[in-house]
Amino acid sequence: MLTPYERLQIARAPKRFYTLDVIERLFEDFTELRGDRRYGDDAAIIAGTATFHKTPVVVIGQQKGRDTKERRMRNFGMPKPEGYRKALRIMKLAEKFRRPILTFIDTPGAYPGIDAEERGQAEAIAYNLREMAKLETPVVVTVIGEGGSGGALGIGVGDRVLMLENAVYSVISPEGCAAILWKDAAQAERAANCLRLTAEDLQRLGIIDRTVAEPVGGAHTDTEESLRLLDSALKENLEFAVSIKSSERVKRRFKKLRELGRWSE
Amino acid sequence: MSWFRKKSNRIESVPANERRVKTEGIFVKCTKCDAALYKRELEESLQVCIHCDFHFRWDARSRVCWLFDDCRYEELDAEVTSLDPLEFVDTKPYPERLERAKKTSGLPEAIINARGKVGGHDVFAGVMDFNFLGGSMGSAVGEKVTRLIERAIDERAAVITFAASGGARMQEGTLSLMQMAKVSAALAQLDSAKLPFISVLTDPTTGGVTASFAMLGDVIIAEPRALVGFAGPRVIEQTIRQKLPENFQTSEFLLEHGMIDIVVDRREMRPHIIKLLNFMVNNNESDE
Ligand SMILES: [Zn+2]
Repeated sequence: MLTPYERLQIARAPKRFYTLDVIERLFEDFTELRGDRRYGDDAAIIAGTATFHKTPVVVIGQQKGRDTKERRMRNFGMPKPEGYRKALRIMKLAEKFRRPILTFIDTPGAYPGIDAEERGQAEAIAYNLREMAKLETPVVVTVIGEGGSGGALGIGVGDRVLMLENAVYSVISPEGCAAILWKDAAQAERAANCLRLTAEDLQRLGIIDRTVAEPVGGAHTDTEESLRLLDSALKENLEFAVSIKSSERVKRRFKKLRELGRWSE
Repeated sequence: MSWFRKKSNRIESVPANERRVKTEGIFVKCTKCDAALYKRELEESLQVCIHCDFHFRWDARSRVCWLFDDCRYEELDAEVTSLDPLEFVDTKPYPERLERAKKTSGLPEAIINARGKVGGHDVFAGVMDFNFLGGSMGSAVGEKVTRLIERAIDERAAVITFAASGGARMQEGTLSLMQMAKVSAALAQLDSAKLPFISVLTDPTTGGVTASFAMLGDVIIAEPRALVGFAGPRVIEQTIRQKLPENFQTSEFLLEHGMIDIVVDRREMRPHIIKLLNFMVNNNESDE
Protein backbone atom coordinates (compact mmCIF):
# COMPACT_ATOMS: atom_id res chain seq x y z
CA MET A 1 0.00 0.00 0.00
CA LEU A 2 1.30 3.40 -0.95
CA THR A 3 1.17 6.24 1.57
CA PRO A 4 -0.73 9.43 0.64
CA TYR A 5 2.58 11.21 0.29
CA GLU A 6 3.87 8.56 -2.12
CA ARG A 7 0.70 8.91 -4.16
CA LEU A 8 1.22 12.67 -4.20
CA GLN A 9 4.65 12.12 -5.76
CA ILE A 10 3.13 9.82 -8.37
CA ALA A 11 0.35 12.32 -9.08
CA ARG A 12 3.04 14.92 -9.77
CA ALA A 13 5.42 12.61 -11.65
CA PRO A 14 6.79 14.53 -14.65
CA LYS A 15 6.25 11.53 -16.93
CA ARG A 16 2.61 11.05 -15.95
CA PHE A 17 0.10 11.55 -18.77
CA TYR A 18 -1.52 14.96 -19.02
CA THR A 19 -4.83 16.19 -20.40
CA LEU A 20 -3.38 16.60 -23.90
CA ASP A 21 -2.22 12.97 -23.87
CA VAL A 22 -5.72 11.87 -22.97
CA ILE A 23 -7.16 13.96 -25.77
CA GLU A 24 -4.66 12.70 -28.33
CA ARG A 25 -5.01 9.04 -27.40
CA LEU A 26 -8.64 8.62 -26.39
CA PHE A 27 -10.44 11.23 -28.50
CA GLU A 28 -10.77 11.86 -32.20
CA ASP A 29 -11.40 14.95 -34.34
CA PHE A 30 -10.26 17.32 -31.63
CA THR A 31 -10.74 21.00 -32.46
CA GLU A 32 -9.32 23.32 -29.88
CA LEU A 33 -11.48 26.35 -29.13
CA ARG A 34 -9.79 29.24 -27.49
CA GLY A 35 -10.44 32.43 -25.59
CA ASP A 36 -13.03 33.61 -23.12
CA ARG A 37 -14.43 36.35 -25.39
CA ARG A 38 -13.85 38.74 -22.51
CA TYR A 39 -10.17 39.23 -21.99
CA GLY A 40 -7.93 36.54 -23.40
CA ASP A 41 -7.00 32.93 -23.79
CA ASP A 42 -5.47 30.85 -21.04
CA ALA A 43 -3.15 28.06 -22.12
CA ALA A 44 -3.42 26.43 -18.69
CA ILE A 45 -6.88 25.20 -19.68
CA ILE A 46 -7.49 23.39 -22.94
CA ALA A 47 -11.01 23.20 -24.34
CA GLY A 48 -12.58 22.03 -27.53
CA THR A 49 -14.87 19.70 -29.40
CA ALA A 50 -14.00 16.09 -30.18
CA THR A 51 -15.52 12.66 -30.54
CA PHE A 52 -15.24 9.98 -27.90
CA HIS A 53 -16.10 6.52 -29.22
CA LYS A 54 -17.93 8.29 -32.06
CA THR A 55 -19.99 10.48 -29.70
CA PRO A 56 -19.48 14.22 -30.25
CA VAL A 57 -18.41 15.73 -26.96
CA VAL A 58 -16.78 18.75 -25.41
CA VAL A 59 -13.48 18.08 -23.69
CA ILE A 60 -11.88 20.45 -21.20
CA GLY A 61 -8.88 20.08 -18.96
CA GLN A 62 -6.00 21.74 -17.21
CA GLN A 63 -2.66 21.20 -18.87
CA LYS A 64 0.70 21.25 -17.15
CA GLY A 65 3.74 21.63 -19.33
CA ARG A 66 6.05 18.79 -20.28
CA ASP A 67 9.29 20.78 -20.61
CA THR A 68 10.45 24.12 -19.23
CA LYS A 69 9.22 26.07 -22.22
CA GLU A 70 5.78 24.48 -22.25
CA ARG A 71 5.50 24.67 -18.48
CA ARG A 72 6.00 28.40 -18.67
CA MET A 73 3.59 28.75 -21.57
CA ARG A 74 0.93 26.82 -19.65
CA ASN A 75 1.73 28.60 -16.39
CA PHE A 76 2.40 25.18 -14.81
CA GLY A 77 -1.26 24.31 -15.25
CA MET A 78 -2.43 27.13 -12.98
CA PRO A 79 -5.42 28.80 -14.64
CA LYS A 80 -6.34 32.46 -14.53
CA PRO A 81 -9.91 33.81 -14.62
CA GLU A 82 -9.95 33.77 -18.43
CA GLY A 83 -9.27 30.02 -18.29
CA TYR A 84 -12.33 29.37 -16.12
CA ARG A 85 -14.43 31.70 -18.25
CA LYS A 86 -13.31 30.00 -21.45
CA ALA A 87 -14.12 26.62 -19.92
CA LEU A 88 -17.63 27.74 -19.03
CA ARG A 89 -18.15 29.29 -22.44
CA ILE A 90 -17.35 25.97 -24.09
CA MET A 91 -19.51 24.08 -21.60
CA LYS A 92 -22.45 26.29 -22.53
CA LEU A 93 -21.73 25.44 -26.13
CA ALA A 94 -22.05 21.78 -25.24
CA GLU A 95 -25.30 22.48 -23.44
CA LYS A 96 -26.69 24.39 -26.40
CA PHE A 97 -25.94 21.56 -28.81
CA ARG A 98 -26.83 18.85 -26.29
CA ARG A 99 -23.41 17.27 -26.22
CA PRO A 100 -21.84 15.71 -23.14
CA ILE A 101 -18.89 17.30 -21.38
CA LEU A 102 -15.77 15.52 -20.14
CA THR A 103 -13.42 17.48 -17.92
CA PHE A 104 -9.94 16.49 -16.75
CA ILE A 105 -8.48 17.96 -13.59
CA ASP A 106 -4.72 18.35 -13.21
CA THR A 107 -3.63 21.56 -11.53
CA PRO A 108 -1.62 22.65 -8.51
CA GLY A 109 -4.33 25.31 -8.09
CA ALA A 110 -5.73 28.49 -9.58
CA TYR A 111 -2.94 30.98 -10.25
CA PRO A 112 -2.20 33.19 -7.23
CA GLY A 113 -1.05 36.35 -8.98
CA ILE A 114 -1.80 40.04 -9.21
CA ASP A 115 -3.39 39.89 -12.65
CA ALA A 116 -5.55 36.91 -11.72
CA GLU A 117 -6.85 38.74 -8.66
CA GLU A 118 -7.47 41.92 -10.65
CA ARG A 119 -9.60 40.05 -13.14
CA GLY A 120 -11.61 38.25 -10.47
CA GLN A 121 -10.21 34.78 -9.87
CA ALA A 122 -12.67 34.16 -7.07
CA GLU A 123 -15.64 35.32 -9.11
CA ALA A 124 -14.62 33.23 -12.10
CA ILE A 125 -14.48 30.05 -9.99
CA ALA A 126 -17.64 30.84 -8.02
CA TYR A 127 -19.59 31.55 -11.19
CA ASN A 128 -18.43 28.26 -12.74
CA LEU A 129 -19.55 26.34 -9.66
CA ARG A 130 -23.02 27.87 -9.85
CA GLU A 131 -23.40 27.47 -13.59
CA MET A 132 -21.97 23.95 -13.81
CA ALA A 133 -24.44 22.81 -11.15
CA LYS A 134 -27.30 23.59 -13.53
CA LEU A 135 -25.85 22.57 -16.89
CA GLU A 136 -28.48 20.63 -18.76
CA THR A 137 -26.11 18.19 -20.33
CA PRO A 138 -24.13 15.18 -19.03
CA VAL A 139 -20.89 16.09 -17.27
CA VAL A 140 -18.20 13.55 -16.35
CA VAL A 141 -15.29 14.87 -14.30
CA THR A 142 -11.99 12.99 -13.89
CA VAL A 143 -9.17 13.96 -11.56
CA ILE A 144 -6.19 12.61 -13.49
CA GLY A 145 -3.31 14.06 -11.48
CA GLU A 146 -3.35 16.92 -9.04
CA GLY A 147 -6.70 18.26 -7.85
CA GLY A 148 -5.56 21.55 -6.37
CA SER A 149 -8.36 23.14 -4.39
CA GLY A 150 -10.78 25.69 -5.86
CA GLY A 151 -8.67 25.81 -9.00
CA ALA A 152 -9.54 22.17 -9.62
CA LEU A 153 -13.17 22.40 -8.55
CA GLY A 154 -13.69 25.31 -10.96
CA ILE A 155 -14.11 22.73 -13.73
CA GLY A 156 -15.10 19.89 -11.39
CA VAL A 157 -18.87 19.89 -10.86
CA GLY A 158 -20.63 17.05 -12.67
CA ASP A 159 -22.89 14.02 -12.71
CA ARG A 160 -20.03 11.58 -12.21
CA VAL A 161 -16.68 12.32 -10.60
CA LEU A 162 -13.88 9.84 -11.27
CA MET A 163 -10.41 9.87 -9.88
CA LEU A 164 -7.29 7.98 -10.79
CA GLU A 165 -5.94 5.67 -8.15
CA ASN A 166 -2.87 7.79 -7.46
CA ALA A 167 -4.37 11.18 -8.13
CA VAL A 168 -4.87 13.59 -5.24
CA TYR A 169 -7.68 16.04 -4.61
CA SER A 170 -7.30 18.46 -1.75
CA VAL A 171 -8.54 21.68 -0.22
CA ILE A 172 -4.95 22.93 -0.02
CA SER A 173 -1.58 21.59 -1.11
CA PRO A 174 0.16 19.58 1.62
CA GLU A 175 3.00 22.13 1.45
CA GLY A 176 0.60 25.03 1.96
CA CYS A 177 -1.20 23.22 4.75
CA ALA A 178 2.08 22.43 6.50
CA ALA A 179 3.24 26.03 6.21
CA ILE A 180 0.07 27.23 7.92
CA LEU A 181 -0.51 24.56 10.55
CA TRP A 182 3.05 23.61 11.44
CA LYS A 183 4.71 26.81 10.18
CA ASP A 184 7.02 24.48 8.27
CA ALA A 185 6.55 23.46 4.65
CA ALA A 186 8.85 20.50 5.29
CA GLN A 187 6.00 18.88 7.21
CA ALA A 188 4.23 18.29 3.89
CA GLU A 189 4.35 14.54 4.36
CA ARG A 190 2.49 14.78 7.65
CA ALA A 191 -0.02 17.17 6.10
CA ALA A 192 -0.57 14.80 3.17
CA ASN A 193 -1.44 12.04 5.61
CA CYS A 194 -3.88 14.28 7.52
CA LEU A 195 -5.73 15.76 4.55
CA ARG A 196 -7.34 12.52 3.22
CA LEU A 197 -6.60 13.47 -0.34
CA THR A 198 -6.42 10.02 -1.95
CA ALA A 199 -9.06 8.45 -4.16
CA GLU A 200 -9.65 5.76 -1.58
CA ASP A 201 -10.40 8.32 1.15
CA LEU A 202 -12.52 10.51 -1.10
CA GLN A 203 -14.63 7.62 -2.33
CA ARG A 204 -15.28 6.67 1.30
CA LEU A 205 -16.28 10.29 2.04
CA GLY A 206 -18.73 10.32 -0.87
CA ILE A 207 -16.82 12.96 -2.82
CA ILE A 208 -15.94 10.83 -5.83
CA ASP A 209 -18.00 8.10 -7.49
CA ARG A 210 -15.37 5.86 -8.95
CA THR A 211 -11.65 5.14 -8.66
CA VAL A 212 -9.82 4.38 -11.88
CA ALA A 213 -7.05 1.83 -11.38
CA GLU A 214 -3.47 2.53 -12.40
CA PRO A 215 -0.72 0.04 -13.23
CA VAL A 216 1.42 -0.99 -10.27
CA GLY A 217 3.96 1.77 -9.59
CA GLY A 218 1.75 4.46 -11.08
CA ALA A 219 0.42 5.62 -14.44
CA HIS A 220 3.80 6.92 -15.57
CA THR A 221 5.25 3.41 -15.53
CA ASP A 222 2.84 2.29 -18.27
CA THR A 223 1.00 5.11 -20.00
CA GLU A 224 -0.50 2.78 -22.59
CA GLU A 225 -2.15 0.56 -20.00
CA SER A 226 -3.24 3.54 -17.82
CA LEU A 227 -5.00 5.17 -20.73
CA ARG A 228 -6.69 1.91 -21.65
CA LEU A 229 -8.06 1.65 -18.09
CA LEU A 230 -9.13 5.29 -18.17
CA ASP A 231 -10.82 4.81 -21.53
CA SER A 232 -13.07 2.04 -20.33
CA ALA A 233 -13.92 3.91 -17.10
CA LEU A 234 -14.80 7.02 -19.10
CA LYS A 235 -16.91 5.05 -21.56
CA GLU A 236 -18.87 3.34 -18.84
CA ASN A 237 -19.43 6.50 -16.79
CA LEU A 238 -20.31 8.63 -19.77
CA GLU A 239 -22.91 6.05 -20.74
CA PHE A 240 -24.28 6.24 -17.23
CA ALA A 241 -24.35 10.06 -17.24
CA VAL A 242 -26.04 10.09 -20.64
CA SER A 243 -28.65 7.61 -19.43
CA ILE A 244 -29.90 9.98 -16.72
CA LYS A 245 -33.22 11.40 -17.89
CA SER A 246 -32.72 15.02 -18.84
CA SER A 247 -35.66 16.08 -16.68
CA GLU A 248 -33.92 14.44 -13.71
CA ARG A 249 -30.36 15.46 -14.45
CA VAL A 250 -30.11 18.84 -12.75
CA LYS A 251 -32.29 17.78 -9.82
CA ARG A 252 -30.08 14.77 -9.32
CA ARG A 253 -26.93 16.87 -9.46
CA PHE A 254 -28.32 19.36 -6.93
CA LYS A 255 -29.22 16.50 -4.63
CA LYS A 256 -25.78 14.96 -4.93
CA LEU A 257 -24.08 18.27 -4.12
CA ARG A 258 -26.57 18.88 -1.32
CA GLU A 259 -25.44 15.76 0.52
CA LEU A 260 -21.73 16.60 0.53
CA GLY A 261 -20.22 17.05 3.98
CA ARG A 262 -20.34 15.56 7.45
CA TRP A 263 -21.95 17.54 10.22
CA SER A 264 -23.77 17.03 13.48
CA GLU A 265 -27.34 18.20 14.06
CA MET B 1 18.05 64.42 38.71
CA SER B 2 17.72 60.98 37.24
CA TRP B 3 17.37 59.52 40.66
CA PHE B 4 14.66 61.98 41.46
CA ARG B 5 12.74 61.30 38.29
CA LYS B 6 12.93 57.58 38.76
CA LYS B 7 11.70 57.98 42.24
CA SER B 8 8.86 60.20 41.24
CA ASN B 9 7.92 57.75 38.53
CA ARG B 10 7.91 55.00 41.02
CA ILE B 11 5.80 56.98 43.40
CA GLU B 12 3.36 57.82 40.66
CA SER B 13 3.47 54.37 39.14
CA VAL B 14 1.01 52.83 41.52
CA PRO B 15 -1.95 55.06 40.76
CA ALA B 16 -0.97 55.14 37.05
CA ASN B 17 -1.11 51.38 36.92
CA GLU B 18 -4.42 51.37 38.60
CA ARG B 19 -5.69 53.92 36.18
CA ARG B 20 -4.49 51.88 33.24
CA VAL B 21 -6.22 48.77 34.53
CA LYS B 22 -9.42 50.74 34.72
CA THR B 23 -9.03 52.50 31.40
CA GLU B 24 -8.19 49.28 29.60
CA GLY B 25 -11.75 48.28 30.23
CA ILE B 26 -13.08 51.58 28.94
CA PHE B 27 -10.73 52.52 26.10
CA VAL B 28 -9.64 50.80 22.92
CA LYS B 29 -6.80 52.07 20.76
CA CYS B 30 -7.66 52.52 17.10
CA THR B 31 -5.60 50.15 14.97
CA LYS B 32 -5.18 52.76 12.28
CA CYS B 33 -5.02 56.23 13.87
CA ASP B 34 -4.00 55.26 17.42
CA ALA B 35 -6.77 57.38 18.92
CA ALA B 36 -8.08 56.20 22.27
CA LEU B 37 -11.70 55.31 21.76
CA TYR B 38 -14.32 54.86 24.44
CA LYS B 39 -15.55 51.29 24.21
CA ARG B 40 -19.11 52.40 24.70
CA GLU B 41 -18.73 55.02 21.99
CA LEU B 42 -17.20 52.44 19.68
CA GLU B 43 -20.16 50.17 20.22
CA GLU B 44 -22.49 53.02 19.37
CA SER B 45 -20.55 53.73 16.18
CA LEU B 46 -20.81 50.00 15.24
CA GLN B 47 -17.11 49.38 15.89
CA VAL B 48 -16.00 52.10 13.49
CA CYS B 49 -13.42 54.66 14.63
CA ILE B 50 -15.10 58.05 14.85
CA HIS B 51 -11.82 59.78 14.00
CA CYS B 52 -10.54 57.90 10.95
CA ASP B 53 -13.47 55.60 9.96
CA PHE B 54 -11.39 52.49 10.51
CA HIS B 55 -13.70 49.46 10.58
CA PHE B 56 -12.89 47.04 13.37
CA ARG B 57 -13.88 43.42 12.85
CA TRP B 58 -17.34 42.98 14.28
CA ASP B 59 -18.66 40.00 16.17
CA ALA B 60 -21.49 38.10 14.52
CA ARG B 61 -23.99 38.47 17.38
CA SER B 62 -23.77 42.26 17.43
CA ARG B 63 -24.07 42.35 13.66
CA VAL B 64 -27.15 40.15 13.60
CA CYS B 65 -28.80 42.38 16.20
CA TRP B 66 -27.91 45.49 14.19
CA LEU B 67 -29.19 44.04 10.93
CA PHE B 68 -32.74 43.12 11.88
CA ASP B 69 -35.46 45.68 12.56
CA ASP B 70 -35.46 46.48 16.29
CA CYS B 71 -32.96 43.66 16.85
CA ARG B 72 -35.81 41.17 16.52
CA TYR B 73 -34.78 37.89 14.98
CA GLU B 74 -34.91 34.17 15.43
CA GLU B 75 -31.66 32.23 15.34
CA LEU B 76 -31.77 29.14 13.12
CA ASP B 77 -29.76 25.97 12.66
CA ALA B 78 -27.66 26.51 15.79
CA GLU B 79 -27.70 22.73 16.22
CA VAL B 80 -25.70 22.25 13.02
CA THR B 81 -22.13 21.92 14.21
CA SER B 82 -18.84 20.44 13.04
CA LEU B 83 -17.71 16.86 13.33
CA ASP B 84 -14.18 15.57 12.84
CA PRO B 85 -14.65 13.36 9.79
CA LEU B 86 -10.93 13.18 8.96
CA GLU B 87 -9.77 12.70 12.57
CA PHE B 88 -7.48 15.59 11.86
CA VAL B 89 -4.59 16.27 14.20
CA ASP B 90 -1.99 18.93 13.56
CA THR B 91 -0.35 20.51 16.59
CA LYS B 92 -3.71 19.97 18.31
CA PRO B 93 -6.62 17.66 17.53
CA TYR B 94 -9.37 19.38 15.54
CA PRO B 95 -12.09 18.70 18.17
CA GLU B 96 -9.95 20.57 20.69
CA ARG B 97 -9.68 23.51 18.33
CA LEU B 98 -13.43 23.46 17.87
CA GLU B 99 -14.07 23.45 21.63
CA ARG B 100 -11.72 26.36 22.09
CA ALA B 101 -13.32 28.30 19.26
CA LYS B 102 -16.76 27.76 20.79
CA LYS B 103 -15.54 29.02 24.14
CA THR B 104 -13.66 32.07 22.91
CA SER B 105 -16.29 33.17 20.40
CA GLY B 106 -19.39 32.12 22.29
CA LEU B 107 -20.70 30.78 18.98
CA PRO B 108 -21.63 27.25 17.91
CA GLU B 109 -20.00 27.69 14.48
CA ALA B 110 -18.30 30.27 12.26
CA ILE B 111 -21.66 31.50 11.01
CA ILE B 112 -24.95 32.48 12.64
CA ASN B 113 -28.16 31.86 10.72
CA ALA B 114 -31.11 34.06 11.57
CA ARG B 115 -34.47 35.13 10.21
CA GLY B 116 -36.32 38.34 10.74
CA LYS B 117 -37.35 41.56 9.04
CA VAL B 118 -35.04 44.09 7.47
CA GLY B 119 -36.85 47.26 6.48
CA GLY B 120 -40.02 45.22 6.76
CA HIS B 121 -38.81 42.57 4.29
CA ASP B 122 -38.46 38.89 5.18
CA VAL B 123 -34.77 38.13 5.33
CA PHE B 124 -32.68 35.04 6.03
CA ALA B 125 -29.25 36.20 7.09
CA GLY B 126 -25.99 34.31 7.53
CA VAL B 127 -23.42 36.25 9.49
CA MET B 128 -19.88 34.94 9.76
CA ASP B 129 -17.48 35.53 12.61
CA PHE B 130 -13.74 35.57 12.02
CA ASN B 131 -13.16 34.71 15.69
CA PHE B 132 -14.37 31.17 15.09
CA LEU B 133 -11.40 29.40 13.48
CA GLY B 134 -10.79 32.31 11.16
CA GLY B 135 -14.34 32.16 9.84
CA SER B 136 -13.37 29.05 7.93
CA MET B 137 -15.98 27.10 5.96
CA GLY B 138 -16.24 23.43 6.80
CA SER B 139 -19.19 21.08 6.39
CA ALA B 140 -21.27 22.73 9.11
CA VAL B 141 -20.86 26.23 7.66
CA GLY B 142 -21.63 24.90 4.17
CA GLU B 143 -24.70 23.12 5.48
CA LYS B 144 -25.91 26.21 7.32
CA VAL B 145 -25.51 28.46 4.27
CA THR B 146 -27.36 25.85 2.20
CA ARG B 147 -30.23 25.63 4.71
CA LEU B 148 -30.47 29.39 4.79
CA ILE B 149 -30.88 29.50 1.02
CA GLU B 150 -33.37 26.63 0.98
CA ARG B 151 -35.53 28.30 3.63
CA ALA B 152 -35.51 31.51 1.60
CA ILE B 153 -36.64 29.55 -1.46
CA ASP B 154 -39.43 27.84 0.51
CA GLU B 155 -40.69 31.10 1.94
CA ARG B 156 -39.87 33.34 -1.01
CA ALA B 157 -37.64 35.57 1.06
CA ALA B 158 -34.30 37.30 0.59
CA VAL B 159 -30.85 36.04 1.59
CA ILE B 160 -28.15 38.30 2.98
CA THR B 161 -24.73 36.98 3.93
CA PHE B 162 -21.92 38.76 5.73
CA ALA B 163 -18.66 37.06 4.86
CA ALA B 164 -15.65 37.09 7.18
CA SER B 165 -13.43 34.18 6.36
CA GLY B 166 -9.93 32.97 5.74
CA GLY B 167 -11.38 30.36 3.36
CA ALA B 168 -12.14 26.67 3.45
CA ARG B 169 -11.47 24.82 6.71
CA MET B 170 -8.32 22.76 6.27
CA GLN B 171 -9.17 20.33 9.05
CA GLU B 172 -12.05 18.94 7.02
CA GLY B 173 -9.99 18.59 3.86
CA THR B 174 -11.76 18.02 0.58
CA LEU B 175 -15.15 17.97 2.34
CA SER B 176 -14.60 21.69 2.99
CA LEU B 177 -13.71 22.22 -0.65
CA MET B 178 -16.97 20.57 -1.68
CA GLN B 179 -18.95 23.06 0.39
CA MET B 180 -18.07 25.63 -2.26
CA ALA B 181 -19.90 23.57 -4.87
CA LYS B 182 -22.75 22.82 -2.48
CA VAL B 183 -23.56 26.41 -1.55
CA SER B 184 -23.10 27.58 -5.15
CA ALA B 185 -25.60 24.96 -6.34
CA ALA B 186 -28.08 26.17 -3.71
CA LEU B 187 -27.57 29.70 -5.00
CA ALA B 188 -28.25 28.51 -8.54
CA GLN B 189 -31.69 27.47 -7.30
CA LEU B 190 -32.23 30.75 -5.46
CA ASP B 191 -31.31 32.56 -8.64
CA SER B 192 -33.73 30.46 -10.72
CA ALA B 193 -36.44 31.28 -8.17
CA LYS B 194 -35.67 34.96 -8.84
CA LEU B 195 -35.10 35.70 -5.16
CA PRO B 196 -32.69 38.34 -3.86
CA PHE B 197 -29.21 37.59 -2.63
CA ILE B 198 -27.16 40.42 -1.17
CA SER B 199 -23.59 39.50 -0.33
CA VAL B 200 -21.67 41.73 2.07
CA LEU B 201 -17.91 41.34 2.25
CA THR B 202 -16.15 42.28 5.46
CA ASP B 203 -12.53 42.07 6.53
CA PRO B 204 -11.24 39.55 5.60
CA THR B 205 -12.99 37.58 2.85
CA THR B 206 -10.61 35.21 1.10
CA GLY B 207 -10.25 31.72 -0.36
CA GLY B 208 -13.14 29.32 -0.67
CA VAL B 209 -15.75 31.68 0.72
CA THR B 210 -14.85 34.38 -1.81
CA ALA B 211 -14.74 31.76 -4.59
CA SER B 212 -18.26 30.58 -3.80
CA PHE B 213 -21.20 32.40 -2.23
CA ALA B 214 -19.48 35.70 -1.40
CA MET B 215 -18.92 36.57 -5.08
CA LEU B 216 -22.32 35.34 -6.26
CA GLY B 217 -24.50 38.11 -4.86
CA ASP B 218 -27.04 39.84 -7.08
CA VAL B 219 -25.45 42.83 -5.45
CA ILE B 220 -22.09 42.67 -3.71
CA ILE B 221 -21.36 45.26 -1.03
CA ALA B 222 -18.05 45.61 0.78
CA GLU B 223 -17.07 47.43 3.92
CA PRO B 224 -14.29 50.00 3.41
CA ARG B 225 -10.69 48.75 3.39
CA ALA B 226 -11.64 45.10 3.82
CA LEU B 227 -9.18 42.51 2.53
CA VAL B 228 -10.96 40.63 -0.25
CA GLY B 229 -9.37 38.12 -2.58
CA PHE B 230 -8.96 34.56 -3.69
CA ALA B 231 -5.36 33.83 -2.78
CA GLY B 232 -3.94 35.37 0.37
CA PRO B 233 -1.45 38.23 -0.12
CA ARG B 234 1.39 36.22 1.44
CA VAL B 235 0.89 33.33 -0.97
CA ILE B 236 0.86 35.72 -3.92
CA GLU B 237 3.99 37.49 -2.74
CA GLN B 238 5.80 34.17 -2.38
CA THR B 239 4.67 32.99 -5.81
CA ILE B 240 5.48 36.06 -7.87
CA ARG B 241 8.37 37.29 -5.68
CA GLN B 242 7.52 40.93 -6.01
CA LYS B 243 5.95 43.49 -3.76
CA LEU B 244 2.21 43.84 -4.03
CA PRO B 245 0.78 47.15 -5.19
CA GLU B 246 -0.68 49.61 -2.73
CA ASN B 247 -4.36 48.93 -1.98
CA PHE B 248 -4.11 45.48 -3.59
CA GLN B 249 -7.04 43.23 -2.61
CA THR B 250 -8.87 45.94 -0.71
CA SER B 251 -12.56 46.66 -1.20
CA GLU B 252 -11.58 49.78 -3.10
CA PHE B 253 -9.28 47.76 -5.38
CA LEU B 254 -12.12 45.36 -6.20
CA LEU B 255 -14.48 48.24 -6.83
CA GLU B 256 -11.99 49.82 -9.21
CA HIS B 257 -11.65 46.53 -11.08
CA GLY B 258 -15.37 46.05 -11.44
CA MET B 259 -15.66 43.09 -9.11
CA ILE B 260 -18.11 44.53 -6.58
CA ASP B 261 -20.99 46.99 -6.69
CA ILE B 262 -20.47 49.35 -3.79
CA VAL B 263 -18.23 50.09 -0.85
CA VAL B 264 -20.34 51.30 2.05
CA ASP B 265 -19.45 52.53 5.52
CA ARG B 266 -20.94 50.22 8.12
CA ARG B 267 -22.86 53.09 9.67
CA GLU B 268 -24.59 53.73 6.33
CA MET B 269 -25.02 50.07 5.40
CA ARG B 270 -28.53 49.32 6.68
CA PRO B 271 -30.30 52.03 4.66
CA HIS B 272 -28.41 50.81 1.59
CA ILE B 273 -29.51 47.23 2.15
CA ILE B 274 -33.11 48.31 2.68
CA LYS B 275 -33.12 50.38 -0.52
CA LEU B 276 -31.84 47.37 -2.44
CA LEU B 277 -34.44 45.09 -0.85
CA ASN B 278 -37.14 47.59 -1.74
CA PHE B 279 -36.00 47.27 -5.33
CA MET B 280 -35.56 43.49 -5.34
CA VAL B 281 -38.58 42.34 -3.41
CA ASN B 282 -41.61 42.39 -5.60
CA ASN B 283 -44.69 42.44 -3.43
CA ASN B 284 -47.30 42.05 -6.15
CA GLU B 285 -46.04 39.12 -8.17
CA SER B 286 -48.92 39.43 -10.59
CA ASP B 287 -47.47 36.97 -13.09
CA GLU B 288 -47.27 34.11 -10.63
ZN1 LIG C 1 -9.03 55.65 13.99
